[in-house]
This record gives sequence, C-alpha cells and structure tokens, in this order.
Amino acid sequence: MIDVSEPFVSEPFVSEPFPLLEVADLQVEFRTRDGVARVLNGVDYHVDAGETLAVLGESGSGKSVTANTIMGILDTPPGFVTGGSVCYHGEDLLAATPDRRREVRGEGIAMIFQDALSALNPVYSVGFQIAEQVRTRRGMDRRAATRRAVELLDMVGIPAAGQRVGDHPHQFSGGMRQRVMIAMSLALDPEVLIADEPTTALDVTVQAQIMDLLAEIQAERRMGLILITHDLGVVAEVADRISVMYAGRIVENAEVHALYRTPCHPYTLSLLESIPRVDLKDQELTTIKGLPPNLTAIPPGCPFHPRCPMARPQCRERVPDLLPLPEARSSACLFAEELAHR
Amino acid sequence: MTPILQVEDLVKHYPVQHGVVFKRTVGHVRAVDGVSFELDRGETLGIVGESGCGKSTLAQVLMRLEPPTRGRVEFHGEDIFAKRGKALRALRRSVQMVLQDPYTSLNPRMTVGDIVGEPFEIHPEVAPRGERRRRVQELLDVVGLNPEYVNRYPHQFSGGQRQRIGIARALALRPEVIICDEPVSALDVSIQAQVMNLLGELQRGFGLSYVFIAHDLSVVRHLSDRVAVMYLGKIVEIGTEDEIYSRPTHPYTQALLSAVPVPDPDLRARRQRIRLTGEVPSPVNPPSGCRFRTRCWKATEICADEEPALVPRRGDHHPSACHHAEVQRVIPG
Repeated sequence: MIDVSEPFVSEPFVSEPFPLLEVADLQVEFRTRDGVARVLNGVDYHVDAGETLAVLGESGSGKSVTANTIMGILDTPPGFVTGGSVCYHGEDLLAATPDRRREVRGEGIAMIFQDALSALNPVYSVGFQIAEQVRTRRGMDRRAATRRAVELLDMVGIPAAGQRVGDHPHQFSGGMRQRVMIAMSLALDPEVLIADEPTTALDVTVQAQIMDLLAEIQAERRMGLILITHDLGVVAEVADRISVMYAGRIVENAEVHALYRTPCHPYTLSLLESIPRVDLKDQELTTIKGLPPNLTAIPPGCPFHPRCPMARPQCRERVPDLLPLPEARSSACLFAEELAHR
Repeated sequence: MTPILQVEDLVKHYPVQHGVVFKRTVGHVRAVDGVSFELDRGETLGIVGESGCGKSTLAQVLMRLEPPTRGRVEFHGEDIFAKRGKALRALRRSVQMVLQDPYTSLNPRMTVGDIVGEPFEIHPEVAPRGERRRRVQELLDVVGLNPEYVNRYPHQFSGGQRQRIGIARALALRPEVIICDEPVSALDVSIQAQVMNLLGELQRGFGLSYVFIAHDLSVVRHLSDRVAVMYLGKIVEIGTEDEIYSRPTHPYTQALLSAVPVPDPDLRARRQRIRLTGEVPSPVNPPSGCRFRTRCWKATEICADEEPALVPRRGDHHPSACHHAEVQRVIPG
C-alpha cells in the first residue's frame, strides 16, 4: 500500500507556470421562483499534479456546484455562472468553445459521483459504457476497446473482470459500482480527477477500500485529485491541502496538519469540536448553534456571524476577505490572527 | 434488578419466494439469526454493523412491527409477543421509536402540533383533551423547538428540526425505552452534535433507556454505555463501550474500528490498518460455521466446522464469538 501522507518529491516548477487547475472568484447563482440563490460567491482554489485537495463543506455550501461548473455540467437554467474563471493549464474553460470543453472533459478533467447507481446507465453493460469513451475519443475498434475496459476494471480491483465486463450496473454491489465508476473516469487518462462524495453511500470497510484505491491511483498517475466531502475523518486520512467552504465561499485554506492543529476560522474550529471521534472516550461535543444560511438571503457581513461564538459587531459590517496567513494558509475571518495564536 | 428489556435467541427469517401464482419458498433471508442481549434502565445499548447485518430488522421486531420467527423478547419480565389488547396498548406506550429519515417519517399534511399530539388520540389517559395543546407545547420546548410553531408544517423545518419533532413525538407518551434507528445519519455534521446532545439530555432528564442503532462507530461510542457488533444477523461481540473500543477481541470488530477515519492527520502513520477484502456474503446462504470466516485473516478449519458461541474468551471478560479471539488494540489514544 502506498502511504499517501509521504510528501512527493516535487519537480522544479519552471516548466509549469500555471497551476494544473485553478478556480478563481467563481460566482454562480440559481434563479428560482423563490428568488435568486447566490450559491457561489467567489470561490478560489487550485490543485497541482500529484496533490490531493479536499473541499470540505456541509450540504448547500456549494462544493458540488463548484465541481459541476468546472466540469461544465451545471444545469442551466436554473444555474448561471455570473463571474470568475476556471483555468486548466492557464486556459479559461468558461470562455472556451463547447468543442474544446468536450475535449477537456474526460481527457483533462474527469469526475466520479456519489451515487454510482444513478450515475451509470442501467441499460448498458459496464464494459460498453467504459469502452464507449475509448471508441469515440481514441478511435479504438470494439474489440480493443473492450480489452481496455477489462484492463481498467482489473486495475480498480474488480475480481474476474473478464467475466464481469458484460454485466449491468445493478449486478454489482455498491462498492463494486463505485470501482466501475472510477475505472470509467480513468479511461482517458485525466490529469485531474474530481471525486464528489465518493464514499458517502458506502459502509466503513468498503469506504476504506475505495479511499485506498483512489489514493493509490492518484499517486501512481500523479493526478491532481479534488476530493469533495463533508467527512472530516476521511479528509484527515488522505488530503494534502484543505479548502473549507461555507455559504458559497472558501472560508479557510490550509495544509492538512496545520488545519487540524490550529484552525484559523471559527467555522472550522466549531466543526472540529462538534464531531464525535472514535478514539476519544467521554468526549464533550460543542454544538454549532443555528442553521446554515438560506442562500436567497445570506446574512450581511461574514455569512457565519449569526452562528459564530466569537462574533463581534464588526463582523456584521462587511464580508471578510480571504487573507493570507503564515505557512501558506489563508482565512476569511477578521480575527484569524487571534485564532492562530491561541 | 431485572433488566427492562431482555432479548433471547431472537430470530427473524423472511421467505424468498419464486413463482407468480403458486409461490414456492426457495430459501430464507436470515435477517436476524439468534440475537440475545439485555437492556437496563437508563442505559444505552449501541448496535453497530454494516448495511444488511440485520440491525433495522431487529428494531422492527423489538417494536413488535414484525412477528419474530423464533425467540423471546421480555419487557419488565413479560413476553411482548404474548400481549394482546390492553396489555399491548400499554406496551406500545412504553416502547417508542425514532426513525432515520426525518423527511419521510413525518406526514407532510399534518401540522407539527397534530404530529406530536397524535399519540394522545390513541392513549387519551396520558393527556386529557383539554390539556393536549399545552402538553404538545411543553414537548416542543423540551426538544428545543419554539412552542409557537405548533401550527407549522414539516416542510417549514430543517432536517435537524424535523428530527427534533420526531423525538418529541416519541417522548409524548412518556416511554421507558426508545429505539433509535440511525437517528442522526441523515443530518449534516454541524447538526448531528445538536441532536446527539439532545438525546443525552433527555436520557438523563427522563431516565430513558435507548437501543441506539447506527453504522457510525464514532456516534455509537459517544452515546452508548454498552455496544453490540452485528454481522450477518448475529451479534459477534458485545461489551461495555470501553471493552469494545479499547479491547476488541473479534476480528470483525477490529477491522471495523480500523476502517473508521479519525479526524486527526497526525494519526495517519500511527494507525494500524486492517483491510477486509471482498464483501458481506448473502444472508440467504451464510457461510457455515463462523459467518465472518470468508473475510477473516485468522480463519482456520475449525471456523468452517463449528459455529463459535458468543461467550467470554481468553484475553478479556466480555463475550466474543470467535474461536481465535484475542485482544488487539486498533485505535490509538
């Protein structure tokens, strides 16, 4: 097993002037009957080759919408991109032609989804669905494409892949379906893989298998992995860097060890204090009061201030910027310095 | 002191049938296959296991929603399956349930007041008609909801608030035992802690006993006094929270615990990883002998031949159903 916590020996950066994938000031709104929901309000993050970025947030924080916008699969309407950029090797995909976007999808950036049963097509065999990509994009003939599908299924650890290539999605268990989806996402050798809650629907022992597999594949191919999750436990086990999202904004960025040791945003701190840990006995849970904001009426100022234990009058006045702190981290809290020196 | 709930060799099989007109029974899903435990007053028994291990079926049998295939469940020393009429109604008052999904377990066309007050329709002795509204408002207050909300509908509440409504409904008849089937797994992380703390407060305030069913081992550890680990319809290990988490002896418990992610990156290198291969076998055709042997790294011949009993094994005093039971600490700290 490859130890993912081991830092990679990174190559000199001279050859890569741009990050592999960079999202900058991304803004998306959903125009609904109940009003305009401001789902993304300036999201910035980037991922480099061989790196795992975890995007952490609760439901409605905008983490999946960001991923869908990167992939160009945002439902329009109701979703509209109103600003910002998604740069792949420095090229803004939001300004690219539909043909160019299609080229990047799958080959440049691929995605796996939470619910493999609804993401796979129930009427085609898994082999067909994997082979379809290499047939249309690489011009392989049917037989070669099926061989490739078997190789991929074998690589993601599906036993007797040669026999199972003709099976349909419903014939696989939840964990095996998730492996099929991983195999499918790898068919065109993407440089970036976005995994949107890949293990949320799975049991813990299967979750561990899938996370090991993703980490192994990522290290082997030096892919940039964006792991979208709400699970602080999973993040601690695999991520290199973390971006915490709240109400459509990144509120904190940090290297994984630094984030857990000294969270510099009260939301991150509160989350860490509110989750039960399997390794602690008689733990006190501090709860976060209230609810995540309604995105059609985000509170003025810092969106977290109504729930924040450290809120002060200034917090209501303006939205705090995501400002850099030492150790290559940043926080969108006016009192980040105070938290850092606790 | 007799335990409040005593379960003895409980079995629930579902027939697997083929054919359209003439149904032939071709086998049985052994959802619960010989489960025994006791629950004391004021105690929380956590039941953990992966999907398909029979934990929700167990809840339904304990609630008398499903008849058992075999076995006994005693409430205060009386067999619950023998109860009829008035005695059954009294039992229903005393044993209540909180369900997993707060979106589907509340009737969208009833107001919160009607939902929480509905139990009083069937058990008017608990709250006479004139007092109901006040009682409902008290209950809402107890679970941390604004008592003014009685006339609102479920869709006007968030997931966490709906779960509080479900808890208020379960509390309405002043039960002694509440069976919680995954009560926090549908909630967001920041809301889970609120509901867990509420369950803890209510237990201390009303002297409730909980059977707490969940797949999340961290949540179970936080709330439980004792824990039972289930695999394919059987309890494989049972003990106090400390015994199960700090001194597990069954390989399945050890594998489960080692797979739980811990939110502390500094532990990455120090953690021992046991990775199970394969998946849970079908409960229609469980393996002979020990049901875990097909995925177990310690399995030997005896495991296929002889089913291990759930008895105290060498190494520790708590019962474990493994021929090769041995304490192995898998979580640091």
